[in-house]
This record gives sequence, structure tokens and C-alpha cells, in this order.
Amino acid sequence: MKKMAFTVNGVTRSFTGDPEMPLLWYLRDELHLTGTKYGCGKGLCGACTVQIDGEAARSCVTPMKSVAGKKIVTIEGLSARGDHPLQKAWAECNVPQCGYFQSGQLMQAAALLKEKPKPTDAEIDEAMQGNICRCGTYQRIRQGIKLAAGVKS
Amino acid sequence: MSGVVRVSRRGFLKTTFSAGALILCARFFPGTALDALAKTQGWFPGVYLGIEPNGTVIIIAHRSEMGTGIRTALPMVAADELDADWQRVRIEQAIGDARFGDQNTDGSKSIRDFYDPLRRAGATARLMLERAAAATWGVPAAQCRADNHRIVNSDGRTLGFGELVVQAARQKVPAAEELRFKTSAECRYVGRGVPIVDMADICTGKGIYGIDARMPGMLYASIERSPVLGGTLKSYDDKETRKVKGVRKTVVLEPARPPYGFQALGGIAVLADSSWAAQQGRKKLKVTWEPGENAGYDSEAFRNSLLETVRKPQKVVRSIGDVDAAFARGGTIHEAEYYVPHLAHATMEPPAAVAEFKNGKVTIWAATQNPQAVQEAVAKALGIAKGDVICFVTLLGGGFGRKSKPDYVVEAALLAKKVGKPVQVAWSREDDIRHDYYHSVAAMYLKAATDEKGIPTAWLQRCAFPPIQSTFDASERYARDGEMAQGWVDVPFDIPNLRAENGPARAHVRIGWFRSVANIYHAFAVQSFIDELAAAAGRDRIEYFLEVLGRPRTIDFKAEGTKNPNYGKPLDQYPWETGRLRRVVELVAEKSGWANRKPEKGRALGFAAHRSFLSYIAVVADVRVDDQGRITIPRIDVAVDAGRVIHPERVRAQFEGAAVFGASLALMGEITAEKGSIRQSNFDDYPVARINEAPFETHVHLVPGEGLPTGVGEPGVPPIAPAICNALFAITGKRIRRLPIRNTRLV
Repeated sequence: MKKMAFTVNGVTRSFTGDPEMPLLWYLRDELHLTGTKYGCGKGLCGACTVQIDGEAARSCVTPMKSVAGKKIVTIEGLSARGDHPLQKAWAECNVPQCGYFQSGQLMQAAALLKEKPKPTDAEIDEAMQGNICRCGTYQRIRQGIKLAAGVKS
Repeated sequence: MSGVVRVSRRGFLKTTFSAGALILCARFFPGTALDALAKTQGWFPGVYLGIEPNGTVIIIAHRSEMGTGIRTALPMVAADELDADWQRVRIEQAIGDARFGDQNTDGSKSIRDFYDPLRRAGATARLMLERAAAATWGVPAAQCRADNHRIVNSDGRTLGFGELVVQAARQKVPAAEELRFKTSAECRYVGRGVPIVDMADICTGKGIYGIDARMPGMLYASIERSPVLGGTLKSYDDKETRKVKGVRKTVVLEPARPPYGFQALGGIAVLADSSWAAQQGRKKLKVTWEPGENAGYDSEAFRNSLLETVRKPQKVVRSIGDVDAAFARGGTIHEAEYYVPHLAHATMEPPAAVAEFKNGKVTIWAATQNPQAVQEAVAKALGIAKGDVICFVTLLGGGFGRKSKPDYVVEAALLAKKVGKPVQVAWSREDDIRHDYYHSVAAMYLKAATDEKGIPTAWLQRCAFPPIQSTFDASERYARDGEMAQGWVDVPFDIPNLRAENGPARAHVRIGWFRSVANIYHAFAVQSFIDELAAAAGRDRIEYFLEVLGRPRTIDFKAEGTKNPNYGKPLDQYPWETGRLRRVVELVAEKSGWANRKPEKGRALGFAAHRSFLSYIAVVADVRVDDQGRITIPRIDVAVDAGRVIHPERVRAQFEGAAVFGASLALMGEITAEKGSIRQSNFDDYPVARINEAPFETHVHLVPGEGLPTGVGEPGVPPIAPAICNALFAITGKRIRRLPIRNTRLV
């Protein structure tokens, strides 16, 4: 099988396995980067959100063959010391409950802020509606994004 | 939880605490403490706390963390009484062990049941440290008191907790009556709160959930199960499966037989070197099932049968006055039927566990709400002793009652034993939605006679639903007293003639408890019907509710001959006080601006109030419907009387989350069966509320109180659906009597 190369959190990686395997399982089972979560396997819930070349992507429906040459960032690589403005805001607003889906929420929110540094409520809802939180932390997610963006609640 | 390490059970306390540590449990036993602990079957609060010679205070979290913050809140209680510096407290998650007391993190009871034991653990250790310091200094103990991780002598000298460990361990364990507890004002953390201990791990992806636990050399399993509960394997062909790269083998698991309890369901497991290979291999299986006795289960037909049941007289579970005579006397008669479908928990982390079988013992890492139930179920399935099942508890990606049932852990243990390697079982979302322990489907019939002022003179309520007990005894048809006490026999209205009945229903799927359980359908029916009566009387809904609720009183269930298990707590200790419900109703009315609300096209407030898990909750939902019939919920106000609040910020979070959970089931939650199979499979056909569908903001108003703490995880859910539906009636004139709302065209 053809060998392909890409980076994960700045580290160059190569892969020769099943090109159809979703990135999610490569991250979790091969690299043991378990911060990226499984939730639905169909791109419906956002638990598996990572950034590929700076854009939010659902790793559960991203086959390995499509990541050749790409820069992949997972929650483990969002910041060196866990101090991304969103991570700080998440702690400040006490966003997480069970926390399982917060990796995906943070990765999606980080991609949003890159594109729209001062998002409105409507823009937040638009960007975040693919990321489910069954614990129901949405209002604090919104607060957290606004705090990180320096937008008034 | 980032440093997940494997240790033996015997070594658990030994590795948690270093040699020389003051382990409070040690002081409760004569002789060698740990050996004694290992032999004792009793429960001692002292197992929760220890102090290292370096001063580190170690507190055991024995309840499961699924998002409530309990892993932080209970240790915080002990730390506060100890007067420990929270920065120097380390929290260790307990394995499953009866010596910790009940570990079933369910029923909104962690604080209720363990606030006191943790307080006592902290106060005991504090007093022993104070006495140790007094002995060291040769001064009276009254002169020594704990202050932020050290003992201060009134003459100004101080000794750190760590310095006193050796001396403290020699102290006699104080008697319960010697203990002194802090007043609220003296508390450092209780009533104030600290950030959850897992915050940093969660925000950096380092938190370890059940699905993340790994054992060296483990195989990944994906299991094909019968689509119909109780179905058996007719034939299968795994030739293509075994050709998939990475697939190691397939294993047949025997089908479960009723009662299903916590058994593994059975099926064909594909074991592979990776999750992906296991999933791909499973897709290539060719399987035919004999569907068995539940093949005829059809939700629409079953709904009709439940409605037929509640239209006829059924078993009386509460009776006040003479309802039949009152109906015969006339007045205006009102009748309504309500229906709530099955619901699936859909925890964001599907059920997952990893198990290893070695030398007759099983070691497990699981996302479980109940590690002791894991021990029991695994021991039974494998024919080994309960004590030979070592269950470590990871973080849980949601629980909601699903993870109190350890069937998925049993699967992992059975497979580990069969293949002689550690095995991870992680359910797919489809597995989760199709094979859940479903929230029961329920039908309710309500009838009232009202006088010329529209006030009810007689009230009859009948319900029928497959009871949870059917999962444990297949012959069960009627609700248990516990289910009846969840908002059915404890309807608080002061109506002179009132009767509650329950009819039989048979289960065709596994029925299980689900966040707030029977309160969901009971509150939906009762809180909708009282709104219907208020509307018929042309009255303000809240004024009417309070009038029917009557003067503040304690409901005397004993005198009226009604069985009310009261969430496992004595009624004299936790009475049903209508005055407390009135208070939260008045509070929510004030905070939501109910009285001053101007009518607005397409927008209205809806109200509901309900006591559950011993807490009193009132909700006002601000709901909007646009000209396309699309619903949005700009705001929810929740007033809460949960007695003394230990961690106000986490309590607020629970009610914010409950509003979303309640809105989800009200707006869109529905599981249906056809020919015995569940029709839904993932978030496309079993949607849950997203950020743009959930209430935009929820304001939680806590009634300050010093009373016994009561539940907070579940009681926020039941009033949400009726409050939303009552608002929808106010906006559209359409009464929603069947959930979810999306099945009704609003415009």
C-alpha cells in the first residue's frame, strides 16, 4: 500500500494502512490520541472534530487517503500548555459537565474564531450546531466563545 | 485521571497511599489496618480519607463522575471539614467495593446519602490532628485548631498536617458525639464551590473515559446483536469477515434469556487489532436471526393498547374521598389522554469497557455508574467470586441511567475470558440506540370535574407503562411503588376527591431508568392537565395552580393510606411540603416576570412545577413559534429548593443541562419499534437538541436553605416538557398531549 505522509500536532507521520480508514481511528487506535472522541461515525455529532489545514473537520468521516500532505491538529495540539484562549475561557465559565464532547466543541470553536474573531450569537449557533452536547452546556459554550473572543455577553 | 495505572485490588490502598500515611480507615480497625480492611465486609466512612507524611491529603471519590461534578463536590465536603488546603488535596477514584457503601451513582442521591459520611470523615481526621498537635506541644486540645492545612496553637505555634501524621495515627478514633462541624459561615468550600478537578484534563483531551482505556495487547470487539430483543442466532457465515485485514476471530456469545437484567445480550463478536477492522469485519458477517417472542412489537399498536388500558378502571394506588360519587354529582367534566414514547439515553460516550481475564480474576476499566453492579454481573456471567472482579471506574461521557446497567462490561469480560486477551467493547451509536434499556413508553388518562368557578372537585388519573422491574422479572406488568411515587401518587393538589390508578403493560424491550425516570411522563400529564383546567376556567395559570395546590401543608400519606417510598427516604425526615412547592412557584413567577408579561404574537410563557428526588422545582419557559411553526426557546427560568446546596455553580449547571435534556425529549425525542426492531439508529433519526434548538439561556434561582440536601441531577427534567407545551398552547391554542412536539403541526 502506498505510504502517505502528513503531520499530527506538528509531528510528521506516515501511514501505510487501509486508505479508507477514517482519521478518527488512526488517531485513537494507532497514535493513542484519545482526546478526539467517537460519537456517531457519520459526521452527525461533532465529537471527533479536529482541524485539517486550519479548518474544522469530522475525523470520523475523513478517510486516511484524504489527509496526505495535510496538517492535522487535535485537541492535544490545540495549545502547548492547555492555555489557548478558549481553553482558558472554558475553565473560567466552567463549561464542561461530563466533558466527553468538549474536545470537539473546542476544536470547532477554535476554527470559528480563526474565521470570525468576533462572532455574533447567530454566527456561534451557525458554526456550533454540528456539535452536540447531551449534558446541555450550550449556553456556557456560547459564553466561553464570547469570553475568548472578547465579545460582550 | 490522566495517569491511568493498573494496580491490583489488594494493592489499591497501598499504592494510593505511601507507607507511613495516616489512613483514616486504619484507625477504625484494631491490628493491621489494611488486612483488617481487606477482611471486613462492613462499611466505614473512614475509607474515604488519608493524609500523606508530606501533607498531601488524599480523598477517595467513590461515586462515578458523569458530569454532575460529584468527583469534586463530595471530596470537597471532606476537605472543608478537615480544613485542608484544596491545592494540597489529591482525589483518587475508588474501585468497585462494597466497603465504600453504595456506589450506584443514580437516583440523584450522592450528596443526599454521602454528604454526612464525608463530613464526618473530615471532622474525624481534623479532631485527631488537633489532638496530635496538643500531645506534641503538651497543651490542652482546646487550644489547638485546624486552619488551612495546619494546626494552630493559640500561643501562635503551628504544625502542618504532614508533620502530625505519625502522632495523629496513634490517636484514638473520636466518638461520633465528640465531632464538631463547621457552621456555613466557617466553610471554605461548601456552599461556595471549587472548579471541577478534571477541568484541565477535559479541556486538553487528556481525560480518560471508558472508550479511552487501554490494556496492553488488547483486541477491539464489535458485536452484532439480534435486532429484536430475545432473538436467537439461526445461522451465520463469517468467511468474508475473517478475510478483513486485522480481524483475528469471531466469537459467538450465547443469547440472553429473560429476565434480561444485566446479562450480555449475546450475538457474534468480531475481534480485531483495531476498532476499524472490527467494524469492517462485522459488516461482512452474514447472519440470520430467529426473532422470537418480541417480533410483533409495534409502537403504534402498542400505543393504542396502552390507551385502551387507561380508559378502563385499573388498580387503585391512591384514593382520597369518593371520586365516583363526585363525578356522579356532575359539574363540568374534563378528560384528556397523554402519551410519551420510548426514549434512548444516547450518552455522548456510548457504552464502553475493557476487560482482562487472568488466573481466574477479571480486571476491568469501565465507564460505569455502578462498579459494584459490574462486579456482581461479571462474577455471575463468568462463574467467579464477586471479589475476583476488579472494576476501575473511568470518567463517564454521560450516564443518565444507562451506565448503571453493566451489560456491556459483561460482554467485555466474557470475550476476554474466551480469547485469553484483554478485550475492549465499545458500542457504536447504532448499537446504543437500537439496544438500549429504554425509558418506558407511557399513556395517561386524566379526568376532572370542576365547580362553577372552574376549581376541581374530583380528579382521576390513570397510567400504564411497562415497568422497569420487567427487566428483572419478566412476569412484571404493574408499576412498582417507587415508580408510582415519582409524580403519580404524590400529586400535591388539595382536591377533596382524588384517585390514582395504574394499569398493566408488558415490556418488549429492556426498560430502564432514564434521567428523572417515571417523573417525565407523570409530570407531563399532570402539569399539562392542570394547565388545561386553568385555561378552561379562564384563569392565570400560576394563580390557579396555587389555588388548587391549597394552603401550605405536609401531605400525610400514611393517614390517607398511600404507599410513598419517597425516593428511599423516610417521610418524616423528608416530608412532602406543599409550602415549599408554593415558594418555588412564587420565586419563578417573580424572576421570569410572569405577572407583567404582555401578550405577544407568536410568543408566550408556559409554567409547570414538580417535586422529584425530594427537591421542589418550578419552571417558566419562554417559547416562540414563527409562522412556519418553528419553535425556539429564548429563555427558561427554574426555581429550585434543594435544601442545603453544597456546590452552587455545579447545581446551576445541572439545571441548565436538565433544561436542554427536557427540551430535547419534549421537542424531538422518540424511539419506535416495528416488527420488534427499533427503527432509529443514530442522531439523524433520533435527534437531540443542538445549540440552536436548545433553550437559549436558562436562569437558575436557588432558594437558600440549611435543610437536608436533596437531589439535583434529575429533578430539573420533568417540568420542562409540560412548561414548553403549556406555552405552545398559549401561543397556538393547540394542546400537545403526545410527545414529542414535532409530531404535531403547530401552524
